Amino acid sequence: MSAPGHYSSEGPPDPKLEPVRRALDAPHPVAPPGLAAAAAQRGRRLLRRRRAARRLGWAVLALAVVALAVWGSTVQPWQPADTITPPGLGW
Amino acid sequence: MVLERRRAREFEAFAAGAAGRLLHAAALLTTEPRDACPAAERLLTRALARTYAAWDALRGEDPYDRTRAELTALFARTAWRYRRSRGGVLGRLTPQERLVLVLRVREEVAEERTAAGLGLSEERVRAILARAVARMRHPAAGAGPASGPAARLGMAAR
Repeated sequence: MSAPGHYSSEGPPDPKLEPVRRALDAPHPVAPPGLAAAAAQRGRRLLRRRRAARRLGWAVLALAVVALAVWGSTVQPWQPADTITPPGLGW
Repeated sequence: MVLERRRAREFEAFAAGAAGRLLHAAALLTTEPRDACPAAERLLTRALARTYAAWDALRGEDPYDRTRAELTALFARTAWRYRRSRGGVLGRLTPQERLVLVLRVREEVAEERTAAGLGLSEERVRAILARAVARMRHPAAGAGPASGPAARLGMAAR
């Protein structure tokens, strides 16, 4: 993004920051050799879990649609209800 | 299967190149010494795993930037665990000051991207950075994060 020593996007390099920058610019530690492989494995697991969750969501949705269809075709709630009011009891 | 193998190969190549630099950033955040930083390694492994899971959906986004963003978010969420210094250079700073300092000075992320990434305003980022730098330069001017309730709340002790 900017040259070393150039710190603020608005102004010239800030000399106050030099000691801080030097303190932060130590050589990188060596990452342990298994770290990338462990991360990849963890990532695969994450991906698998996400896919399973998505599949489960779709399955629940499909089931809900089927249930609604079955209920609709048996009860047929759009048919007019009985117009005869049952007699009130005890009135 | 072919796709998965290719993803794994690309990811391994990326991780091999970026892990050292990212681990250094993580160790600065957790304030662990460079040669023994298990918490930073754990953070980085989790961040890299999330990058791996998002690999096919990156669509041109730089995986390094993505991993750094994941790392930042993970650290910000668990920052209370790292209040106490573990012996690193930034041990005197609060977790938030460390985040801003690492992103702005070491990673040279632009002010507005830093602000967006941390959910702060740009003025706030500037103020936090100024405080962090002052504390780095004059250790006595502001108390460390573990030295008192006022300091823990981010207020200067004097």
